[in-house]
Amino acid sequence: MAVPKKKISKSRRNMRRSHDALKGATYEECSECGELKRPHHVCASCGQYKGREVMEAGDAA
Amino acid sequence: MRHGMSGRKLNRTSSHRKAMFSNMVTSLLDHEQITTTLPKAKELRRIADKMITLGKRGDLHARRQALSVIKDAEIVGKLFSSLAERYKERNGGYTRVLKAGNRYGDCAPMAVLELVDRDPEAKGAADLARVEADEAAAALAEAE
Repeated sequence: MAVPKKKISKSRRNMRRSHDALKGATYEECSECGELKRPHHVCASCGQYKGREVMEAGDAA
Repeated sequence: MRHGMSGRKLNRTSSHRKAMFSNMVTSLLDHEQITTTLPKAKELRRIADKMITLGKRGDLHARRQALSVIKDAEIVGKLFSSLAERYKERNGGYTRVLKAGNRYGDCAPMAVLELVDRDPEAKGAADLARVEADEAAAALAEAE
């Protein structure tokens, strides 16, 4: 049966994982109320999108 | 291989899916804006666009085809009158999907699905009218 000949060192293991980190979500300022919102999403605090689509403020999950 | 397969199953049986989209398209045409999950919203666009196309055709056969999906004669009436008139000049793309964050509880991506050029008054109008009628009836009962 094929079996690893040597234990992988901490260094080698960590080098392999150097590209595995997760990226944080991006945010941008809402052009209407200035709160942070997800890009391409309705603003959760003022409920506007592109300055016109109005839902109830704070209605968006 | 997934050749030629379109559409999402949404973890439902065929009949469950059909019933769900029937209810959803009825609500969408009634309220002109609904909030749902992103995959359901994206899938509902296909059905809603087809319904409006039927409304624009306007003949009896189209009306019966629409009634086979929308089990509400009042909504079908609206579809064949005001909505057909509104979208006369528009060739498809009658709906708009806006992303609306993630749901508390299961973090499902949510979306707002609305008719393009919607009438903001239509949302909740039927419920509002019912509540007012109930209150009027209660007031009348009180007076007697």
